[in-house]
Amino acid sequence: MLELKNLCKAFPIRNAFGRKTGALQAVDNVSMTIAPGDIYGLAGESGSGKSTIARMIMGLETPDSGEILIDGRSIHDRSDGVAHGRRVQMVFQNPGSSLNPRRTVGQSVAVPLDAHGFPRSKRPARVATLLDMVQLPAAFAERYPHELSGGQKQRVAIARALAVEPKLLVLDEPTSALDVSVQAKVMDLLTDLGRQMGLTYLFISHDLSLMRNFAREVSVLYRGGIVESGTSDTVFGHPSHDYTRLLIASVPVISAEEAALRPVIPLIDGELPTPEQLIALRQAADRQA
Amino acid sequence: MTQMSLAPPEARRLSNAYQNWYRFSRNPTAVIGAAIVVVCILAALLAPFITPYPEHVGAVVNFRARHQPPSLTFWFGTDNVGRDIFTRTIYGMRISLLLAFVVLGTAVPIGTILGLLAGYFGGWTEAIIMRITDIALALPPLVMALAVAAVLSPDLVNSLLAIAALWWTWHTRLIYAITKQIRTQEFIEAAETLGASKFHILFREILPNCVSAIAVKTSLDCGFVILVGASLSFLGLGIQPPTPDLGTMVAQGAGFLPDFWWESVLPGLAILFVALGFNLLGDGLRDLFDVQEVR
Ligand SMILES: Nc1ncnc2c1ncn2[C@@H]1O[C@H](COP(=O)(O)OP(=O)(O)OP(=O)(O)O)[C@@H](O)[C@H]1O
Ligand SMILES: [Mg+2]
Repeated sequence: MLELKNLCKAFPIRNAFGRKTGALQAVDNVSMTIAPGDIYGLAGESGSGKSTIARMIMGLETPDSGEILIDGRSIHDRSDGVAHGRRVQMVFQNPGSSLNPRRTVGQSVAVPLDAHGFPRSKRPARVATLLDMVQLPAAFAERYPHELSGGQKQRVAIARALAVEPKLLVLDEPTSALDVSVQAKVMDLLTDLGRQMGLTYLFISHDLSLMRNFAREVSVLYRGGIVESGTSDTVFGHPSHDYTRLLIASVPVISAEEAALRPVIPLIDGELPTPEQLIALRQAADRQA
Repeated sequence: MTQMSLAPPEARRLSNAYQNWYRFSRNPTAVIGAAIVVVCILAALLAPFITPYPEHVGAVVNFRARHQPPSLTFWFGTDNVGRDIFTRTIYGMRISLLLAFVVLGTAVPIGTILGLLAGYFGGWTEAIIMRITDIALALPPLVMALAVAAVLSPDLVNSLLAIAALWWTWHTRLIYAITKQIRTQEFIEAAETLGASKFHILFREILPNCVSAIAVKTSLDCGFVILVGASLSFLGLGIQPPTPDLGTMVAQGAGFLPDFWWESVLPGLAILFVALGFNLLGDGLRDLFDVQEVR
């Protein structure tokens, strides 16, 4: 379905005068393959390059090198005349800013219909169907975003992304701006929709417990590079990379079973070590062994 | 607000309109400004029906009634050839408003479109549009109009052209700044990934976010354009006699101060009145929309 091959992207670092003084490697040689119908998780802390990968897949950012293939074709290959936006869509992190405050919900949901030549006369019915799909009343079409709760806004964003029936949906931290109780409902909705419509998901999050429940395959990103990937159970149950262990250790636990799954991490001055410290510790231990 | 979720769509739309109206009616500045503007526009439109001596608009001479002070027959008195100043003031208002509407009717759309293009596309488009804007902004409209009037002939069309040729720059600046800020927001990127056309993004996504700022700025500008137009006429470079113009009337009346004060003071107050109305309306709208960008 989706294949990333050796994707790289660096951003220039500029000083106060706008002169380029260096480069920040935001995405470093990332490869992954997502099978059709899969729910693929991409985990990593803030700044690890998750959104940059999502933006490159959407064509909002151009990779420095590497390839992005959807169904075996490069995303820049438009020779079959199918617009990129019909194959893949994205749900943004913050539903507060991904909906235009001056346009009604109905107008926002109709944007992709408009763009892809959906017959004008059938639009209101289609908008109603889409809202129904995300469990919102059809009357919401007349509302403005400020009249909606965060969870409702994110449902609207999901309806909009699904309007032209893409097969692949990129979810960039779709619930991180929402309350925990609302999070679960939105994730349930996504699971149901995925099953009904046969969607493939690329699910991006730094919330590991959410990812463990939702994703089947997982890659862990650290400073732009993938440090570990595999099935969700393997990666979270038997993490092989220290960074993954550190990530898991920093998740607040609820049950004793979960606590038992946690790897033991040495504390430095009573605090969790940084990834660099952790890797140094591990190397020191290896040298001694 | 959330309780209304089950109301039918028409009712919701009405309730939105009602809320806006309610907020407007509680804002005294906006209400007074709007009232003054409406009175001026109605007076200008209905001038032939509400003025006592519509024939005094032309080159009528009535020397027996010259320099009459305000009275029940001549509410604002008469001028040096015996024409009714009230009649001529109302007709002058007509010219002033026409001037404002023609200038802003061209300057606002041009300025808005250029601002949207420069702000959204950036790069060369931005560089070219904004450099031209900077140059034009450096020229005061009054000076530009004086120059044009001096080179060509001093008449209404030339002054209009001169003012309109500079006025769009203010709107370009404003819309450019707003667009720059809006284009980085996620809903614009969302529209791009959804496949929306550039036209859609500029006019359906960004423009609606500029409307309140445009309304405030245009309203404030109406007052300024009227003042500039009156200044031009006062200097003899605008509307030529015998067409009644407030600026020209103030200039002519000034020659008979202080004895026949009404000949310049009353048309002057009329200028003040209409300019004040537009300014109050603009300020009121700014409070209402909570727009920060404008001036
Ligand atoms: N347009 C840009 N210009 C310069 N640097 C950028 C740009 N976009 C991202 N970066 C940098 O690239 C790195 C990766 O950013 P990215 O947004 O992909 O992180 P992320 O994993 O999505 O983080 P978060 O969880 O906070 O969303 C960060 O260090 C960020 O500062
Ligand atoms: Mg991100």
